[in-house]
Amino acid sequence: MSDSVLYSVILLASLGMVAAVLLYVVSKKFYVFENPLIAEVDEILPSANCGGCGSPGCKAFAERLVNTEDISDLFCPVGGNEVMKQVAAILGKKVAEKDATVAVLRCQGGCDVRPKTTEYQGPRTCAISAMIYSGETDCQYGCLGDGDCVKVCKFDAMYMDEHTGLPVIITDKCTSCGACVEACPRDIIEMRPKHKRDLKIFVGCLNEDKAGIAKKACDVACIGCSKCQEICPKDAVLMANNLAYIDPIMCTLCRKCVEVCPTNSIIETNFPPKKVKKVEPEAEVNVESINLKTDA
Amino acid sequence: MLKTFPKGGIHPPENKITASKGIKKMTLPKVVYVPISQHIGIPAEITVGVKDKVDIGQVIAKSGGFMSSNIHSPVAGTVTKLDKIIDTSGYKKQCIVIRTDLKDESNFKDTEYPLKTTITLEPKDILQKINDSGIVGLGGATFPSHVKLSIKEGTKLDHLIINGVECEPYLTADHRLMLEKAEEIIVGIKILMFALHIDNAIIGIENNKADAIETFKKIIRKDDPIKIAALKVKYPQGGEKQLVRALLNREVPKNGLPLDVGVIVHNVGTIFAIYQAIQHNIPLIERVVTVTGKKLENPSNYWVKIGTPITDLVNEVGGLPEGTRKIVNGGPMMGKAIKNMDVPVTKGTSGILVISEDEASRGEPKNCIRCGECVDVCPMGLEPHLLMNLSEKGMYEKASAEDIMTCIECGSCSYVCPSHRPLLDYIRFGKNSVKKMNTSKN
Repeated sequence: MSDSVLYSVILLASLGMVAAVLLYVVSKKFYVFENPLIAEVDEILPSANCGGCGSPGCKAFAERLVNTEDISDLFCPVGGNEVMKQVAAILGKKVAEKDATVAVLRCQGGCDVRPKTTEYQGPRTCAISAMIYSGETDCQYGCLGDGDCVKVCKFDAMYMDEHTGLPVIITDKCTSCGACVEACPRDIIEMRPKHKRDLKIFVGCLNEDKAGIAKKACDVACIGCSKCQEICPKDAVLMANNLAYIDPIMCTLCRKCVEVCPTNSIIETNFPPKKVKKVEPEAEVNVESINLKTDA
Repeated sequence: MLKTFPKGGIHPPENKITASKGIKKMTLPKVVYVPISQHIGIPAEITVGVKDKVDIGQVIAKSGGFMSSNIHSPVAGTVTKLDKIIDTSGYKKQCIVIRTDLKDESNFKDTEYPLKTTITLEPKDILQKINDSGIVGLGGATFPSHVKLSIKEGTKLDHLIINGVECEPYLTADHRLMLEKAEEIIVGIKILMFALHIDNAIIGIENNKADAIETFKKIIRKDDPIKIAALKVKYPQGGEKQLVRALLNREVPKNGLPLDVGVIVHNVGTIFAIYQAIQHNIPLIERVVTVTGKKLENPSNYWVKIGTPITDLVNEVGGLPEGTRKIVNGGPMMGKAIKNMDVPVTKGTSGILVISEDEASRGEPKNCIRCGECVDVCPMGLEPHLLMNLSEKGMYEKASAEDIMTCIECGSCSYVCPSHRPLLDYIRFGKNSVKKMNTSKN
């Protein structure tokens, strides 16, 4: 009885020994040298594997950082300057400092301001409807509202607004990885500098049609009137194809263009409310009362 | 046994309600919108300016390259605008807007010319004339005809196939054309045979058009090298590859053309356009369009000027019936719903189908039950369910390896799917993405 126990213990122990020796030999023989810096850099990177840097994942990006001589044009949008500084410290290389960016939606054409003129039946993805036709409204530049951008966002930074049918970007969660920019078949989403306190001014429209057609398709369309360009003290507004574009670098956030825009297509975000009283509140009350009447 | 292609295919209800309606001349439209891109390839270049007077048949946009086509003014009138108008693609495209001069008598001149059988032009001149006349494939693909006819020296061609299949339900444009212009079509075939030095021609017609088959049989003499073949009714027999397989039992290679097996295929409409161009010097400015739909007051076939807005066509047949849900440019299988009524008729418009509420519903897509129906009916021997999944998941490399590009987009898979899955929508998307992927690689 005790013999069989002894034998099995000896057998297993010797098997273990053989295996250990084998593994040791193999690991020495086929050892692959990996730069320890890669693991170190990988540790610092945010491990989001979003692909915003252009590499397929954080590990691949770490390898690229370690193996590339000049890393000044490599950047991790999720980690930002802070992470890149740490990487620079480890690798002893120079990194470029970039302004933090955030995704903005350059379309305000919600259901309330952009009437639907056709109805689409078929798979609800932006990519397919963009391939088939110009969308349910008369604007062929604006948001299709099927939410391809929301589906690709890995950071829960986007959701579809039920009332307007447009995606909303939660600025605090947005890491500017650029997945939504790539997913949008209409190129509506743009990465813009965050500035201090996330102040932004941009034209929320991409409609290149002539004024009349654009306005008919959407109440808040840019009609290319150039008023913003005329008033801009810094020449930050570029006009092309009946459309204004505000250069984020030239813009000093003076908000003059926002006031003159006749169609309210210039968007300002996170600014404190203006102290000057406007006549608008009255108009709003009127609209409400009309709505109430129709409801009743 | 009637001939047909062996793999797949379906037989949807034919609904050829306009089969007995002769082709009428459409009332002259007041304004025509002529898109400069009515063919596959490079858009034509506009050669007229605003306020220019144009004559009927005058070139208003010149071919933009080899893979392009001339565009002629369908009416006599004045160019009022060069504007962007939504066309059949669903997007705004450059158009030449011409206000018709209703007093100009050339607009009313009857296009019926006496039959002219003697061919006076040399083969080279015939091909040049086809190029100049802006003729494209009128079956729906709008492939420039002169490109199809530019055959490299040394290519062996033994058969010219004339596609009179018209397998799409509802459409009867080709059917009526064959009945009314049979002799002209025969001359057209002879012109092409002469120009390309081909010895044999076969006209393929589905058996539901018995009267057209009879008409041709009466005209063709025994010593003529032109044959008529009656085919079993099956969709999509009008596809080039399916037709070649059905008539000659030859398999066109996967990514090849009928040319690779010594065959050239042309639609009857194209043949008639070639006849008009060569014998009467009339460029492609009008075509037969079937305006149909179950609820329409007076559906019929019309000679329609290119550029006529669809509103005019619908008014011609008695206006939009109540409860209209969709207007489709083309047949119910391959056609595409249009975005608004101002979309103009182009060289590729073979029919306008008005669909009511109860017919238009697509059904709620459910999960795939793996029944294999789509695989059974695919005439190209593909696996539509697999291709859809691959496209949906963005696996374009795999989709490409599964031959997604050979799909002819006939829609048989979507038609039979008991779960109403939007198979073709996704496959088309996949094809587009594969195309993009391939161009970015190169």
